Amino acid sequence: MSAVTQDTSVSTGRVTRAFIYLVLILFALFYLLPLYVMVVNSLKPLPEITGGNMMALPREWTLEAWGSAWSTAQIGVSPTGLKPYFLNSIMMVVPAVALSTMIGAMNGYILTKWRFRGDVWVFGLMLFSCFIPFQIVLIPMARVLGMLGLAGSVPGLILVHLVYGIGFSTLYFRNYYAAFPTELVRAAQIDGAGFFRIFWRILLPVSGPIAVVTIIWQFTNIWNDFLFGASFGGVNQPMTVALNNLVQSSTGVKEYNVHFAGAILAALPTLFVYIVAGRYFVRGLMAGSVKG
Amino acid sequence: MGFLDISNVTKSYGSVQVLHQVDIAVEEGEFLVLVGPSGCGKSTLLNMIAGLESITSGEIRIKDRVMNGVHPSKRNIAMVFQSYALYPNMTVGQNMTFGLEMHGVPKPERDKALADVAKLLQIDHLLDRKPGQLSGGQRQRVAMGRALVRDPDVFLFDEPLSNLDAKLRVDMRTEIKKLHQKLKTTIVYVTHDQIEALTLSTRIAVMNKGFVQQLGTPKEIYDQPANLFVATFMGSPAMNIIPTKVVLEGDAPHAELSDAEGNRVLLALNQRNLTAWAGREILLGIRPEAITDPEGADRNSGSIRPLSNVVTVTEPAGADTFVTMSLSGKDVIARMRADAAVHPGQRFEFAVNMEKAVAFDPQTEARITP
Repeated sequence: MSAVTQDTSVSTGRVTRAFIYLVLILFALFYLLPLYVMVVNSLKPLPEITGGNMMALPREWTLEAWGSAWSTAQIGVSPTGLKPYFLNSIMMVVPAVALSTMIGAMNGYILTKWRFRGDVWVFGLMLFSCFIPFQIVLIPMARVLGMLGLAGSVPGLILVHLVYGIGFSTLYFRNYYAAFPTELVRAAQIDGAGFFRIFWRILLPVSGPIAVVTIIWQFTNIWNDFLFGASFGGVNQPMTVALNNLVQSSTGVKEYNVHFAGAILAALPTLFVYIVAGRYFVRGLMAGSVKG
Repeated sequence: MGFLDISNVTKSYGSVQVLHQVDIAVEEGEFLVLVGPSGCGKSTLLNMIAGLESITSGEIRIKDRVMNGVHPSKRNIAMVFQSYALYPNMTVGQNMTFGLEMHGVPKPERDKALADVAKLLQIDHLLDRKPGQLSGGQRQRVAMGRALVRDPDVFLFDEPLSNLDAKLRVDMRTEIKKLHQKLKTTIVYVTHDQIEALTLSTRIAVMNKGFVQQLGTPKEIYDQPANLFVATFMGSPAMNIIPTKVVLEGDAPHAELSDAEGNRVLLALNQRNLTAWAGREILLGIRPEAITDPEGADRNSGSIRPLSNVVTVTEPAGADTFVTMSLSGKDVIARMRADAAVHPGQRFEFAVNMEKAVAFDPQTEARITP
């Protein structure tokens, strides 16, 4: 088997190759343009933006806008900067991602290795949750959170995102574990391992790729969510809502450099997750589809 | 009462019955092979012994303990799977001791058992590797090692050699047989390969369509097959089955055949009770090795009958030459010495060892017992 190469490309001539690279580089530059504009303008003093060229490099480099966006900018009624909201987001995202991934893994394990009557229906219903638009559940969700006493709190947001995330995480793990040999589970049963032991010792250790996929997916979705944050955040609003309040404020001078810095700050965590774990992403999505 | 008792066991999935009234008593130290084509129920039966499938009715007992409903880990069995089922995230050593660890055996004892088995199977140098870094044959050994470490009452093998290449399969077959002779363990082994069944077992259960067709020693299965299925499934090339009519010459029963040119040929039948079948059709079964050239015939047999026929094809296969002829319109294969002087298209004097011939009832397909 080792003789089989992983090379799937078709050999091409030199000219074709140069053309392909040229096109790819042009597209890459085009996609990088917004980020360039954001970074460059966040490092300029405000007059340079209002009076000058948006594309130009700063004449005077300064981190002032970043400092302001982080700790002193006016968000709503108080000049706190984005810092407290960033922390809100972290406190919401980390447990929500961890819990939905764990529960998704457990669901996938049960739905593939401990099949029961009607399991296909249960899975179908869970899949259905992936297709329900957020707006539909706003009012019932508000009622439920109210009854649970979690309205306007970070735990309330965690619950909302957890409920919404389980559908996707279950889908990912179920499909991943479907390709996992059932003989291994049977061998472990004969060896005397129980339900949880098989999960912890046999399945989880080989779930790296799909866990990364799920974490990236959940992290991006939950971090970037605006609707639930604005609806159920109360005073504990997440980063996205605060950024909106910063950028959309209709009073005072529009501090574009601060806005750009704030927007980058809001995007940094997802960017970080992609860069650190991104190479597993494609690998995980492809897992099981090709042998070897 | 055997060491492992399978009594009146059936298995159904909904209204589909996949195993019918299986009754096998395995003695301690026996090597029982369940053999049959795919879908015959042999793996289902093995999984029921292991406790991985429930028993619809009947009883399975190990050492007189009823196993129905007992969890697989509490049956004191070990199983070797077709895919080996080694845990990919653990080293070889961890794989082999996982079962002991789950059963709460203390670490020093585990290490000792591991060292003993690793030495026995000559895999001591592999203990720190992951299964992904092993070759097929090494994985096979580790899978067996994992079973051996547990020191179980019964070993279950589920087609353990079918993922190996042909040469390695023959080597491992010998290894398993040696291991069994040395350790004298009780083994139930599932395979679809009749050669494996014949070489390894002390007893064979031939299965088809959920029924045990015959249970017996390899020699009984090979020489006295209970029915047409067992006769044709066991042995390669398969037993020649020739439809024929029984005629009486004097008072001795003969099989009436026709050679390639349509001439009438009579073969004296050894089985005396076939006189009762005079004038009726039977299926005559002759194994290829019972048809030879006159020099290659078994000298101990008192019933070598000559048979003159035209040779259709010869197939030299190294040690043997397979010769095909047409008898009563059926292609019949003979197995001869490599240097037998046979030529296609020519008439040849075959020698048929009628001691080894068997007869089947064309209606029931059961053997007509002498």
